[in-house]
Amino acid sequence: MFHWLERNPFFFAVGVFIVIAYAGIVTILPDFMNSARPVVGTKPYTVLQLAGRHVYIKDSCNACHSQLIRPFKSETDRYGMYSLSGEYAYDRPFLWGSKRTGPDLMRVGNYRTTDWHENHMLNPAEIVPGSIMPKYPHMFKNVADIETAYAEALTVKKVFNVPYDKSGMPKLGTLEEAKAQALKEAEEIVANMKSPEVKEALKRGEIKEIVAIIAYLNSLK
Amino acid sequence: MQPSRMINYDYTVAKYFAIAAIILGIVGMLIGVFIAFQMAYPELNNLAGEYGTFGRLRPLHTDAVIFGFLLSGIWATWYYVGQRVLKVSMAESPFLMFLGKLHFWLYLVGVVAVVISLAMGITTSKEYAEFEWPIDIAIVIVWVIWGMSIFGLIGIRREKTLYISIWYYIATFLGVAMLYLFNNMAVPTYFASGGIGDWWHSVSMYAGTNDAMVQWWYGHNAVAFVFTVPIIAMIYYFLPKESGQPVFSYKLSILSFWGLMFVYLWAGGHHLLYSTVPDWVQTMGSIFSVVLILPSWGSAINMLLTMKGEWGQLKENPLIKFYILASTFYMFSTLEGPIQAIKSVNALAHFTDWIPGHVHDGTLGWVGFMIVGSLFHMAPRMFKREIYSKKLMESQFWIQTTGIVLYFSSMWIAGITQGMMWRATDQYGNLAYSFIDTVNVLHPYYVIRGLGGLLYLIGFMMFAYNFYKTMTASKAIEKEPQFASPMAA
Repeated sequence: MFHWLERNPFFFAVGVFIVIAYAGIVTILPDFMNSARPVVGTKPYTVLQLAGRHVYIKDSCNACHSQLIRPFKSETDRYGMYSLSGEYAYDRPFLWGSKRTGPDLMRVGNYRTTDWHENHMLNPAEIVPGSIMPKYPHMFKNVADIETAYAEALTVKKVFNVPYDKSGMPKLGTLEEAKAQALKEAEEIVANMKSPEVKEALKRGEIKEIVAIIAYLNSLK
Repeated sequence: MQPSRMINYDYTVAKYFAIAAIILGIVGMLIGVFIAFQMAYPELNNLAGEYGTFGRLRPLHTDAVIFGFLLSGIWATWYYVGQRVLKVSMAESPFLMFLGKLHFWLYLVGVVAVVISLAMGITTSKEYAEFEWPIDIAIVIVWVIWGMSIFGLIGIRREKTLYISIWYYIATFLGVAMLYLFNNMAVPTYFASGGIGDWWHSVSMYAGTNDAMVQWWYGHNAVAFVFTVPIIAMIYYFLPKESGQPVFSYKLSILSFWGLMFVYLWAGGHHLLYSTVPDWVQTMGSIFSVVLILPSWGSAINMLLTMKGEWGQLKENPLIKFYILASTFYMFSTLEGPIQAIKSVNALAHFTDWIPGHVHDGTLGWVGFMIVGSLFHMAPRMFKREIYSKKLMESQFWIQTTGIVLYFSSMWIAGITQGMMWRATDQYGNLAYSFIDTVNVLHPYYVIRGLGGLLYLIGFMMFAYNFYKTMTASKAIEKEPQFASPMAA
């Protein structure tokens, strides 16, 4: 049979494809629906948090920080309750990471504050002596992209039935409403910040990247 | 009459890709060395504002070496090996020639788009699949063109039986096509929301745990079909050619090929041990990873035994050294991987520096050495000149080998140290170390790793120089060498 396949490229290719394809089908499909179900209490991100998540992705925070707590005592002692599948139901993409150059951030909102993040992003080694994390002063300059975050929220609401605008869930509304809501959430965060630059910008209606990413990090619980 | 003597093979496209592989290799490795030193000296992060941080550069490093250096190297060898084992010249078909050139230039456009978008921070965050949808579409087009080129050349072949290398090139084409398409499924938000926000932004079709499953089904098997399968295609051609020895066993090559195809795809789950994916998927990933030793070692042993009774060639021909060390590193890496995939080992190793250590003994030792060795073998045949300097090649071999050893040994120690410190407890059962303790202890290993990478880069620069000199200034040869490549002292 192998000799025959080696003289018939078409059937050879079909054979290879069948052999490589079905492992994916068998491992991924059976639990697909189960794995997509949220646990009770999990909510989709608000537009501001989503914009912060985009900043997290833009600067590849996930290259050094995981968001996955494994069920070992050494991990639950350090980071909190181990991860459940349903907690990730609204994470598109998932941000588990594959390397912990820095600590896990799955529940960082439980033990770090806005004030801590503000100082830490400006100069990590000042807050944590010996830290090798880069400084992120540009997050205090760049403006967060609320429109793209809104577009994404609207897309997942329409395409994947993510429960925005349902009772007890974050409100999305129109783009104008979403922008006003993001500004309101940003005000609460900026109230706990020191940077005059960020405060000035907010008065002009601009939300800096640092505000959005702090909103996102605070939401990780 | 031997038809191979009559056919005038056309290496135009192979030359393009060979040069691209060398240039992109230098770029990718240079970024790699730089970010390695960033981990030892964090001040290096802020030399170029937001564009110079580790987070922005890391995807550029991985994608430049995988999709720049490797793919170019794979295609350079395809446009060389393909013609020769199918006994047909690209010059015979203007259409295939046109496709080959189109393949190259479209690919270069893609490379430029990737570099710009990643530097700007436009990324989907998925490892080795960072590109947003417009670039994904371009990649699919380039890939389809390559497929047309493969099957086009096969369609007009004179040698009816497909040589082993062709099996592996076909598998590369099919495997990557399937994996890439499914992992990059996404909805462009600009169009779905009626024209709001950035036009290039998209959102993944899968969420959370499912997204992780699909990503690592892709991520692991991208390693299979870019780092392994096409590299095996190379060694099955270049080692017998350079040494003049027939492949040891045809049966072993069949077993290894079909075994590899069947087993590899199940092993992705070992990236997700103790995560929230179903337990049976994790166990399957773990078991199949161990089974994977069989077909991997099958190919490697087949290559080593090809040299049976001819080991003296190692002394005379440095190119054979590259091939033999490459298959040895392949064996080493495919033993280390399954060990890391055992659940209890993975509990310690996952998230630590042992993982990049493992990746690099495969990529530097196996992949890098095979591409360098293949391009060296091709150079005298493509340019009709002897290799510029044997001495330089010898020194390159030893400098790079030293670099690899420094790299993986320091990362072993770093990874295991880190893993042990994360779980260490004091006499009352409290965690013994804060996280930053486990970072500070790694500094010396990060320095050694950086030096190892630097040595490898220096060796690669020597290769680039040797190749360039072979191209332009070396002594011309009249007749194509049959086996061992001619080289000046």
